[in-house]
Amino acid sequence: MALDKATVARIANLARIKLPEAEREAIAGELSKILAWIEQLNQVPTDGVEPMASVAHMKLPMREDKVTDGDCRDKILQNAPQAANGFFAVPKVVE
Amino acid sequence: MSALTALTLAQARDGLKRKDFTARELSLAYIKAVEAARPLNAFLKETPERALAMAEESDARLAKGRALPLDGVPIAVKDLFCTEGVETTAGSKILKGFVPPYESTVTANLWRAGACMLGKTNLDEFAMGSSNITSAYGHVESPWRRPGDNRPLVPGGSSGGSAAAVAARAALSAIGTDTGGSIRQPASFCGIVGLKPTYGRCSRWGIVAFASSLDQAGPMTRDVRDAAIMLQAMAGHDPRDSTSADMKAPDFEQAVGQSVKGLKIGIPKEYRIDGMPKEIEALWQRGISWLKDAGATAVEISLPMTRYALATYYIIAPAEASSNLARYDGVRFGLRVPGETLDEMYENTRGAGFGAEVRRRILIGTYVLSAGYYDAYYLKAQKVRTLIARDFDQAFQACDAILTPTAPSAAFAIGEKMDDPIAMYLNDVFTVPVNLAGLPGISVPAGLSGEGLPLGLQVIGRAFDEAMVLRVGSAIESAAKFEAKPQFMAGKA
Repeated sequence: MALDKATVARIANLARIKLPEAEREAIAGELSKILAWIEQLNQVPTDGVEPMASVAHMKLPMREDKVTDGDCRDKILQNAPQAANGFFAVPKVVE
Repeated sequence: MSALTALTLAQARDGLKRKDFTARELSLAYIKAVEAARPLNAFLKETPERALAMAEESDARLAKGRALPLDGVPIAVKDLFCTEGVETTAGSKILKGFVPPYESTVTANLWRAGACMLGKTNLDEFAMGSSNITSAYGHVESPWRRPGDNRPLVPGGSSGGSAAAVAARAALSAIGTDTGGSIRQPASFCGIVGLKPTYGRCSRWGIVAFASSLDQAGPMTRDVRDAAIMLQAMAGHDPRDSTSADMKAPDFEQAVGQSVKGLKIGIPKEYRIDGMPKEIEALWQRGISWLKDAGATAVEISLPMTRYALATYYIIAPAEASSNLARYDGVRFGLRVPGETLDEMYENTRGAGFGAEVRRRILIGTYVLSAGYYDAYYLKAQKVRTLIARDFDQAFQACDAILTPTAPSAAFAIGEKMDDPIAMYLNDVFTVPVNLAGLPGISVPAGLSGEGLPLGLQVIGRAFDEAMVLRVGSAIESAAKFEAKPQFMAGKA
């Protein structure tokens, strides 16, 4: 399936990646080529086949519902591009 | 330069115990080699003080006769493993300056076993690539050259810095990660051993995530025995990774050198792909004869879904990546590029922070997961993945291990194959199915191409049967007697 520039802009918006207008055409071409290539999967009959989410043949382990980690606010904030008063700081969201 | 860098891990371990040399001397030899290796750009960060401090602790234990399994072993760590207090970038601009406040489980296990950290190695950005070209910090050069041709070659990827460091004797061994071949393909290109363990054998906790259902850490070493020793220290159950297998690892080193007499080795007929160079086919046939000479039987097996593995991978891996990489938002760590609104800040940060290949994969992943396309692409790929794993299950009813080439070619020059993403993806045609099925696989250097470059053979085993993979791998190693050395040696023997 060929992607057009508008679709590329929509995906880039969903992925929150700024794509300069000038690059959209070229990226649409690249992505269309890759999608055309992966469409070979349509040749494989898969009726009644279970989709595989993980190869680990195991049940997800359960543990007691209690706090096992934490109390390390400053460690967590030390990599933040901007922190204030013990919080991550971001541009104003609510007026 | 000393002869210390010529030793294998097992030889160094024994020499340390005999007190032929100290851990400090061994680390110093490697620290010099790491400096000499700078033209390769294999290391993003050198940590000589840390290596020496760790070596001194090892010497103290060795002096008391209480040596740990890896005491004094200087190793290089792919810069995808979080290391406490040491910058971890994943080869990306978006993580520049990120200093993890915690240690990955696998590296913690290695330090607990006495290993010494030489530094962090270069890689394709977020481990997405097969050439090490996509690193935001410049490409790695292979220590190998085609004789009579001075063009620099790629080391393979994504664990290319680790592979180049081990091949150039700038690390005694290294660790990498393998999502679609990122340990085995660079091992093949650089003439070293690379082992991808079974999914769940090594904890993924603290490894920068690419595709969580495929990622697995593993060793990159001079020989098969060293891979077994490293895996022993790396492996183990970790409650912090919910997919980590709760089972005890067997004695891997014991499997090395065990006879392959009576074993059945599967040869998949579908792996003779169009356009594969004759020398790869010839090497594969030699591998089959070596195992037959050692008493194994070759049986033809069929893995018909293999031809769809790459396409399946290039839906599943980008889909998981688009989700995993959503965390790089300019808020909690790494790069932030300001914007008027929160959304604009996200878009500016991610637009500037991700390189072209990572961006391409996030966009593909976002598309195949988006409303209206999820069933047609992602769900379809997950179903084909079930069929690929089923192929292997059936094949293993008739054989104990599978032998294939590791990669469809030897290393290529920097600049070759760079314009066409799909041509680049084909590097992983023989390795990707193993990740999709979650199985262990090893690449062992088995010969040189007509151009004088290393070529590897891959041995694939049943889930959690790394011991078999090591056993068959060591039989290949003994027969191949691969002794060629790269033209560039940082640690001179």
